[in-house]
Amino acid sequence: MSVAQGKIKPKIADGLPSSFDVEKIRGDFPILHRQVRGQRLVYLDNAATTQKPRCVIDTIEKYYTSQNSNIHRGVHYLSELATKLYEESRKKIKRFLNAAKAHEIIFVRGTTEGINLVAQSYGRKNLTAGDEIIISAMEHHSNIVPWQLLCEQIGAVLRVVPMNDHGELLLDEYEKLFTDRTKFVSIVYLSNALGTINPVKRIIAGAHERNIPVLIDGAQAVSHLSVDVRDLDCDFYVFSGHKFFGPTGIGVLYGKEKFLDAMPPYQGGGDMIKSVTFEKTTFNDLPYKFEAGTPNVAGGIGLGAAVDYICQIGLKSIVAYERELLRYATNAFASISDLRIIGTAKEKASVLSFVMKSVHPHDIGTILDRHGIAIRTGHHCAQPVMKRFGITATARASFALYNTIEEIDALIEGINSVHKVFGS
Amino acid sequence: MNELRDLYQQVILDHNKSPRNFHKLDLANRKVEGYNPLCGDHYTIYLILEDGVIKDISFEGSGCAISKASASIMSSMLKGKTVGEAEEIFERFRAIVTGQVDAEEHLIELGKLAAFSNVCDFPARVKCATLAWHTMHAAIEGKNDAKVSTE
Repeated sequence: MSVAQGKIKPKIADGLPSSFDVEKIRGDFPILHRQVRGQRLVYLDNAATTQKPRCVIDTIEKYYTSQNSNIHRGVHYLSELATKLYEESRKKIKRFLNAAKAHEIIFVRGTTEGINLVAQSYGRKNLTAGDEIIISAMEHHSNIVPWQLLCEQIGAVLRVVPMNDHGELLLDEYEKLFTDRTKFVSIVYLSNALGTINPVKRIIAGAHERNIPVLIDGAQAVSHLSVDVRDLDCDFYVFSGHKFFGPTGIGVLYGKEKFLDAMPPYQGGGDMIKSVTFEKTTFNDLPYKFEAGTPNVAGGIGLGAAVDYICQIGLKSIVAYERELLRYATNAFASISDLRIIGTAKEKASVLSFVMKSVHPHDIGTILDRHGIAIRTGHHCAQPVMKRFGITATARASFALYNTIEEIDALIEGINSVHKVFGS
Repeated sequence: MNELRDLYQQVILDHNKSPRNFHKLDLANRKVEGYNPLCGDHYTIYLILEDGVIKDISFEGSGCAISKASASIMSSMLKGKTVGEAEEIFERFRAIVTGQVDAEEHLIELGKLAAFSNVCDFPARVKCATLAWHTMHAAIEGKNDAKVSTE
């Protein structure tokens, strides 16, 4: 059915868990019901950012309407209330990730800041000239550049795990990269450009055999895969709130207590201190040692509401539903001539990157936009990935729990109209 | 879908599919690369500039339909023009794609450039339309072998 004809009715495709009520879920997200270019919005850009359920929006509004105060410092009612709500969010995230302790959850601005924090704090203290850091060929720039900056500062070296033409890491090559100078491994869990799910448990085990700590970039994984940081046994895990149906400007760095305890502060200022004199300053305990200044309190509380919302639906059923969406879309794409999917790993989630033979991704994106369909085009902050596949850009559709089979049909229709415009 | 038709007009689709002057210029005395790192549009503009006249102009490279058609139409329009005339056309083109000028009032002077009159409704695509022109401008200014970026 044409998107332009009005409300999209979800259809239960074969293999879908029938208890997953996507219609009800769509009702929770106000923005999904707006019009774009005179058409109903078909939002397929979830890898860039996710939309927010009413409960998250309401939580933030309620915070600013009746609960707002600076936290940790005041003795008045509002300050204690705001502190309680903020720390409750921390505990929710601790439970969500199955971390051992709440103080292993550090609030940061997002994945990028989390990785920069580890690179600067752990990296500057523990690595030295000639040491080696392993990352992979499919990283987002936020898991490349902080390590490049560190390498420049201390004279360390980056080693890169290669991938095959499907977008799967070559694990044999990963093993070969280890030397007696390897000191850190930082790998993405779910690739934003390719959709590849990396076997991070195995990657972590390989590093731990050699006593090397591992950071997992979970920016995409957090909303599309079940994550248990103790089961993975990762030493650091980062994600962004805005990719998890929460607000922008908030994210989480999880770190094992033994590492965070030994790391020096990242930013100095208020709240991360115990006492300050001009002669000597002592630093606060975890997690506050890494939370300088007034944090994004509303963001932290909003993120807690997002965790509640997703947990109430259940990540397991979300994962199963999204798998069906991706399978349906991938099959539909297979029958479109002159369209090539970039990223064909056996294990994938959410992301469908593609190129068309005679139409540039930018043109695909503009034409789809005029049909009310939001996808992303460009290098997706993964220029090395583009280079590996011999292209400069892809068009990328990325799915979340509120997308439907009908929306994928609309995407296919949109791609047909790209063919019409370009006479291909 | 009128707006779409207005952006991807036949002129643009034609120049994208069969770009004019799309080759290297061996005897070029000006050569500048232009690059949009956000989307990968990448072109090299070649000029033979003598006595203040663009004796010949050509381009190589790849990118989206808007950028390629723009480079192609630019190369057709500027061949044989003086540097002064080329700069004037560049200014007029920039004014159109940024919506500062109402294309309807200038249709005759614009000729084929009128095809880009709706780019201003697509702000994210303005850089695509102007990349080749900025690169040409750098070549005229003598920034030989330079690399021009939209960022």
